[in-house]
Amino acid sequence: MKLHLNGRELTVDEALAEKRLIEYLREELDLTGAKNACDIGACGACTILIDDEPLKICLKRVKDVAGHRLLTIEGLAEPDGTLHPLQQAFVDAGAIQCGFCTPGMVLTAHAFLRKNPTPTREQIRTAIGHNLCRCTGYQQIIDAIAAAAVAYRDRETANGLVSPPS
Amino acid sequence: MPPAFPANWRNDAHAKVTGRTKYTDDLKFPRLLHAVPVYADEVHARLRAVETAAAAAAPGVVRVLTARDVPGANRVGQIIADFRIFADDKIRYHGDVVAVVVAETRDQAIHAGRLVRVDTVPLAAVLDPEVALRDEVLVHEERGTNLINTHRVRRGDPEAGFREAAFVIEHDFRTPFIEHAYLEPEVAVAVPRPDGVFEIHGSMQHPFSTRRFVAACLGCPLPQVEVVGTPMGGGFGGKDDTAAIVCARTALAARLLGRPVKTMYQRGWSIRESYKRHPYRVHYRMGVSAAGLITAVECRIVADGGAYCSVTPWVTWRSTVQCCGPYVVPHVHCDTLGVYTNNVVTGAMRGFGSPQMNFVVEQMVEIAAARAGLSGIEFRRRNMVRQGSVTITGQRLDNHTVSMGEVLEAVLKEIDYERKLSRCSHGHSDAAEFYGIGLAMSYRGVSLGAEGVDLCAAILNVQADGTVVLDLGVHENGQGAESAMVILCAGELGLEPDQVRCQRASTSTIPDSGTTVASRGTIMGGGAVVLAARELKRKLAAAVAETLRCAPAEVRFGDGRLHGAAGASLSFLEAVQAVWRQRERPHACAVFRAPSVSWDEETGQGDAYFTWVYGCQAVELAVHKQTGKVRLLGAVAAHDVGRAINPGMVAGQFYGGMVMGLGYALHEEVKLKDGRITNTNLNTYRLPRATDVPEMTALIIENPDPASPSGAKSIGEPTNEIMAPAVANALFHATGRRHFSLPMRPAPPWPEPASTEGAP
Repeated sequence: MKLHLNGRELTVDEALAEKRLIEYLREELDLTGAKNACDIGACGACTILIDDEPLKICLKRVKDVAGHRLLTIEGLAEPDGTLHPLQQAFVDAGAIQCGFCTPGMVLTAHAFLRKNPTPTREQIRTAIGHNLCRCTGYQQIIDAIAAAAVAYRDRETANGLVSPPS
Repeated sequence: MPPAFPANWRNDAHAKVTGRTKYTDDLKFPRLLHAVPVYADEVHARLRAVETAAAAAAPGVVRVLTARDVPGANRVGQIIADFRIFADDKIRYHGDVVAVVVAETRDQAIHAGRLVRVDTVPLAAVLDPEVALRDEVLVHEERGTNLINTHRVRRGDPEAGFREAAFVIEHDFRTPFIEHAYLEPEVAVAVPRPDGVFEIHGSMQHPFSTRRFVAACLGCPLPQVEVVGTPMGGGFGGKDDTAAIVCARTALAARLLGRPVKTMYQRGWSIRESYKRHPYRVHYRMGVSAAGLITAVECRIVADGGAYCSVTPWVTWRSTVQCCGPYVVPHVHCDTLGVYTNNVVTGAMRGFGSPQMNFVVEQMVEIAAARAGLSGIEFRRRNMVRQGSVTITGQRLDNHTVSMGEVLEAVLKEIDYERKLSRCSHGHSDAAEFYGIGLAMSYRGVSLGAEGVDLCAAILNVQADGTVVLDLGVHENGQGAESAMVILCAGELGLEPDQVRCQRASTSTIPDSGTTVASRGTIMGGGAVVLAARELKRKLAAAVAETLRCAPAEVRFGDGRLHGAAGASLSFLEAVQAVWRQRERPHACAVFRAPSVSWDEETGQGDAYFTWVYGCQAVELAVHKQTGKVRLLGAVAAHDVGRAINPGMVAGQFYGGMVMGLGYALHEEVKLKDGRITNTNLNTYRLPRATDVPEMTALIIENPDPASPSGAKSIGEPTNEIMAPAVANALFHATGRRHFSLPMRPAPPWPEPASTEGAP
């Protein structure tokens, strides 16, 4: 079984096919950015991107994503640690408090901005409408996503793996 | 020049936004075992036996623990030690844990948990606090009563006050159980160390109370338990007792099995077992003079404390002290009762007894205003506390800036309140929706007040390279407490952000400074940090004053340097080295003691809190005439925070608190059927979503507090205590209907537009 994870191709032991995807990422690969929080797909803390679309993975098995492209929060920044412009916008806007929703929120916003780099605040609200946050009241998260949108208007950055020239 | 902290600076932002922050469930330990709780489907029952043999024989199971395995105390509590680590004599609520199954994998433990059987004798359950007060069914027989506590206020002569009144209004209010809904459920890891210490990593907001519970359970001295601060995925007051008990059960398993053990809660267990915000029933009478002044208040407050005491006496004390809101009332008679029932336990939640009372008071004043022929704003202006006012507990407000009027006027202006008020529908609109605007305001006693001993310590330990390690008594709950403390420390010492680092908290190294609750983190922790920094500065200045050709008191700190006379200066590092050369340590420890408070439980009189904060919030909304659906259009808040240390994070507290308040107003309610919670996950417990909430404006008002070394006061809870009544008042102005219980779900048919508020 093959997975494309964070830009790398990965061969997965068939024995792990039935394993919960979130456990596979967290336990086998130590990619703990996706969080266990409700186990029923209600909160969005486990969101990653599958073929550029946000997916709550707590109810998915490894076999469900075989052959697909996965992006977790650990794959968004550049290898040298430079934050993706969207991540930097979250930091700059004060969009982070406890941080438990942050990975899912950032990835959901990333997928959204690639499709709509000129969003209204209402459209941003709808895009993150299924990711719960109990700390921030969403306002500074929306500020961050709105501020980061400009970085997505450059086609070069549209694959999400390249930062715009600073 | 102030240090170069970017706006919204946080010491943990980079790790959190890249997913590298390690919360408790993210930590890896070799040979880790997994523990899960087991519940009995009973609400009130005598527990005769817990049969564990079948579970113990299940695949992967290492051990099944019950009350009999506890070597120390099985009953713990911050006020009354009645909270069972494992149910022993009885099951008192549906979330009581009868056993813990420990297995090689979590799935094995969950599976085996279903094999545990309990032998019980069902008892009649008491689920209504008013019924519980009859003591026909006792939750704790040994106490002889279901009454947990009472509080009172006796001020003036209420009978005379009501005689003076031109009219009296009287209403009953109810509020529901509320779930904190921190996104990270309870989780704990206990590691038996070779030195005999049990190291606890957990999602809890009070490391020292956790250590007390764990040590009591294990029957060991406090230093044999080391609770390590671990990033926490939200708390909101909810990760104290229950979270500490999860740590205690986990530690017990680690001790008996000699291996690291993790307990990771599913959401359903978390909602079933963890304590909630208290539901209140309030009967409220208010007398008002012809001049529109409140002459008297009489109220009876009944709080459902659930099966165990937790902090019910403290929560209800704040409700009592603040039972008349920010208004001067000469005659008051208030009785407050905390009551045991077989419902889910209730305890601390953001607001701590104030959201319930403000929902009552801030509607009563509007009802009274209408009856008096005044606007709600004018009525508030006539009755609210001002500089030098005396509160209902006899405290003169003269040691800080009483900014009630300032925050009110700020909100009125920002949202253009009085013009918009004239546009409200009052149940009559030609459009598809009614329009309404409303507001509410409050004052709030800061920190613990007369609830407890209030002090906080900080230690600054300067390293050989001139950087500073900060040991703190306040806990990072996700709110940015550490960041605020670093900013304060660096600011005092004239250093850059990367020259000060918070040491990872551990109960073995940091000073016990009480719990990070009561919105006391910034005022108490900040006070300690500022005092410690000043102590360190005295040490450094004394060592270099001669070199800088000035008196020690004249040495100034800034730009990473110490400045003296005529341009003479030394780097911070050079000053530190001068201290070392004098065989001194560049080290400082300081304790900030809250100014004294007083309380007489008999009369309910005293200087309840050493300072107060003032806040006002307004909201605009539309209500669909056919469906009753509420659309929030905007909200504005003004809070006097004393001084904003990290303004972006202060604004974040505003927004988060306001939205939690909107949830309280319109969506949230833990539903119980026969003592069993029916909405045990986030699909049925309805939290506000991004699409539910409006754009918000945060007005930070700053009147530095003389009692606070940093000038800062509080912000966490004030933001969460007045949005529900603001929504209630806006709904009234939109539809003409009052809502006396939460959550508010307006629906047609609407009242006749002509109906006047306050009519009996």
